Amino acid sequence: MDTKPKISSERAELMTEFYEHSSESSAPIRRALAFKHLMENQTIYIGDEELIVGERGPAPKATPTYPELCCHSLKDLQILNDRKKISFVVDDQTRKFYQDRIIPFWRGRTIRDILFSEMSEEWKAAYEAGIYTEFMEQRAPGHTVLDDKIYRKGFLDFKADIENAKQKLDYHNDPDAYRKQKELEAMSICCDAIIRFAERHAEKAREMAQHETNPQRREELERIADVCSYVPAHSPRDFCEALQAYWFVHLGVITELNTWDSFCPGHLDQHLFPFYKHGLEDGTLTRDKAKELLECFWVKFNNQPAPPKVGVTAEESATYTDFANINVGGLRPDGSDGVNELSYLILDVIDEMRLVQPSSNIQLSKKSPDRFLKRGCEIIRKGWGQPSIFNTDLIVDELVRQGKAVEDARSGGISGCVETGCFGKEAYILTGYLNLPKILEIALHKGVDPRTGKKIGSTTGDPAEFKSFDEVFEAFTKQLKHFVDIKVKGSNIIERLFATQMPAPFLSTLIDDCIKNGRDYNDGGPRYNTTYIMPVGIGTLTDSLAAVKDHVFDEKHLSMEQMLKTLDDNFEGHEVIRQMLWNRTPKYGNDDDYPDALLRASFDSLYRVISGRKNTKGGFYAVNYLSTTCHIYFGSVVGATPDGRRAHEPLSEGVSPVQGADTHGPTAVIKSVAKMDQVRAGGTLLNQKFSPSLLEGELGIDNLAHLVRSYFKLDGHHVQMNVVTAETLRAAQANPEKYRDLIVRVAGYSDYFCDLGKTLQDEIIARTEHKSF
Amino acid sequence: MCVRVCQTKAREIAGRQVKVSDVMEEVEKDNIFYDESGGGATFSGGEPFMQPIFLQNLLEACKERRIRTAVETCGFVNPETLMASCPHVDLYLYDLKVIDNETHRRFTGVSNEIILKNLRQLSRSHDEVIVRFPVIPGVNDDDENVLRLGEFVSSLGSVKEIDVLPYHELGVEKYKRLGMINRMPEVELPSSLRVSGIVEKLEGFGLLVKVGG
Repeated sequence: MDTKPKISSERAELMTEFYEHSSESSAPIRRALAFKHLMENQTIYIGDEELIVGERGPAPKATPTYPELCCHSLKDLQILNDRKKISFVVDDQTRKFYQDRIIPFWRGRTIRDILFSEMSEEWKAAYEAGIYTEFMEQRAPGHTVLDDKIYRKGFLDFKADIENAKQKLDYHNDPDAYRKQKELEAMSICCDAIIRFAERHAEKAREMAQHETNPQRREELERIADVCSYVPAHSPRDFCEALQAYWFVHLGVITELNTWDSFCPGHLDQHLFPFYKHGLEDGTLTRDKAKELLECFWVKFNNQPAPPKVGVTAEESATYTDFANINVGGLRPDGSDGVNELSYLILDVIDEMRLVQPSSNIQLSKKSPDRFLKRGCEIIRKGWGQPSIFNTDLIVDELVRQGKAVEDARSGGISGCVETGCFGKEAYILTGYLNLPKILEIALHKGVDPRTGKKIGSTTGDPAEFKSFDEVFEAFTKQLKHFVDIKVKGSNIIERLFATQMPAPFLSTLIDDCIKNGRDYNDGGPRYNTTYIMPVGIGTLTDSLAAVKDHVFDEKHLSMEQMLKTLDDNFEGHEVIRQMLWNRTPKYGNDDDYPDALLRASFDSLYRVISGRKNTKGGFYAVNYLSTTCHIYFGSVVGATPDGRRAHEPLSEGVSPVQGADTHGPTAVIKSVAKMDQVRAGGTLLNQKFSPSLLEGELGIDNLAHLVRSYFKLDGHHVQMNVVTAETLRAAQANPEKYRDLIVRVAGYSDYFCDLGKTLQDEIIARTEHKSF
Repeated sequence: MCVRVCQTKAREIAGRQVKVSDVMEEVEKDNIFYDESGGGATFSGGEPFMQPIFLQNLLEACKERRIRTAVETCGFVNPETLMASCPHVDLYLYDLKVIDNETHRRFTGVSNEIILKNLRQLSRSHDEVIVRFPVIPGVNDDDENVLRLGEFVSSLGSVKEIDVLPYHELGVEKYKRLGMINRMPEVELPSSLRVSGIVEKLEGFGLLVKVGG
């Protein structure tokens, strides 16, 4: 568990070797054969006490690289090794391989190279200015989750389906028939490859068993060999085989390509339940054994850090986690409550394991029992950040609004952070974050980026001449459209790039309706194909718009020129004005309709400008509100904002109010956030902070549960509870301005920590320390 | 003047004039949360019955909107006013400090006769009354007062719960901010041992006792 992640060059070497010798002209077949090469040759590892086996690299936490997507330079490798946060050990041998073979071969050939060469000058200008990020510049589209198909079918069955689809090809009437044939052939090659990969594990296990002196371990190894000979060629017969089958599939997906958000088993409690029940009934499984296997399963996820990013992508997603996010609860496809005995067992596993990966969430529906919610709240209260809570009913509404069938919607859920999609049937690709306050900044500076002096926006007028706030908002909306146009044009090209040059035939076998359609996952094969853009900083944007409206136009405290000068000076010499803007502007997060109306207007603009645009795969664009860590990077490229924020400081995150702006309690925050019509988005991310004492006892759990249910009644999508530690409280003492929104329980009530006298603060810190973990 | 002009909001005025409709607008913002949790509006103070007409109007406005109401009171109130509030109050949180009249007079300046009489009468006509016992070291935390209090409350019949509130120093900060003189001397806060001793004694009377509220 404490092993430091390191870079393994094995995959890069094998991939390079394959490409050096391959003359295959069909892209899908080439990728399938490359996948086969990996599956047949990469090192097989089986750990000493493992029950579920298989690694993405030659050992746990040995992270492979994907030079065909993005080839790290030697400088990159040095940075990865040396950086303080999210570092990866790079040994000399790896460095040598990179220097001698990998870099020389891939220079200029990678998708990243091609992508940047195909993007227009205005796309690059906006990208460099920090208007948006590009997800596909270092990784492959992924953003999908498995449904229950691998529990009913094995890869031999998928091969039969592929064969059927091939038989149905109509070479007389379908001009695409030949292209589909190639794709289907590629998928078939991949099926054989994954079966072989599993078999190699069986061989290794048998070999290890022969040399094993401990009889118990020998038995385990023999059992592992049996399991790996059977799945995933065949559908699993029991609980252990089900987990192992999924794990091989997971490895296959993330080995084929460096997919965003890796992969995920989705509604694990629903999929495993029949195996669990059977096992208990016929005596081959006990609850404890099931728990042990799940814990092994959890460790497998934990040992696969996300392959290293560099540059902008590292800043926007600064983490080891690869965002597999297990959904627990929810609804069954027939609409009934999905919570079962296994849901509670999985919650126990989450509680005990306390790992960063996999992530986990509770899917709460109005049909879910309170007991389930409260059990989740107990774990949340312990303060290590999981699980988060999602509103299943709203998610189903979101998907149905997007045009999906209700059964598909119900078996969907979320992945990554908060992105909504239909599991097993949809590609819902994230293309990049969008910097809302930056776009406002461009609008306020006549289309010019004040940071560089370059004109990267469109011409929307001189704000100093605007007669009303409406003109400001209109300028913002025009700039928004200008940048979204550029972004979407770029993304639609990038989509074609992956469709034609980097298909994913293995992943395609797992997502409906790729086999039926004979089309790749990256080329519109799935039943649903959605493209997401993620606006960041809507809190900062809202407060900034409110400040302009209130102080410049309504109360006329200062003119637009004065406002702009103040911002351009980064408030130097204007501290009184900054205080006014920070303290005397009505702010989002306080259930105040003045700023909240601007929140709605911004949300509506984003919806109108983005949602419904066509992608190149027969699907549509939609909006999703999450920021991961991008609000930090985006903040660094934005100057001072009208809400009183200083230049280069972080923006607000997710859909949460600006840090410290909400001063009316969590109920007011919820009321404010709920004013966005969340059904028209594909996910929103809300963070709330609590002190442990606020959630004390059964009453604390009840209160938390009520808060969540109330937010969901108002059609809130998600909430993540952060329970603060004594350390945070000390930081709040030192920097009260940044912790204005921190609430603690004092006596029989709660209060803002920063409102309390120092003695009481100290007392509460002592209390928290005693109670925190 | 300072408050209006200062941009850092360093000072604020405690208290302002509001109408019933202003208050109700604020109260109604959280309707969805009351519906979900079974909570509602709690009226407190100072002493809410010092503004009896305003309070009565607010209570009626809440009940009209099916919002649950609670009132915190020290009981030193005109009996008619108190009883008139009954139909519109779902829960009373009734402070009881000292049973002995002389001691009560010494520390609060007034007799507790009306307080005890009101509580008796209230408990006969209203079935949701919780007594709150603020434990102030050196004033009312002696065994005799605790026992007499327990006896008195249990004799009422319909009051089932006492919330024991150990003294805390929140008020110190408040006095400073209001620029008022705090005449409470520094005392040692009641230890948890002391508090559990008090709880035990009160439980001996068959009452449900909670600490804090």
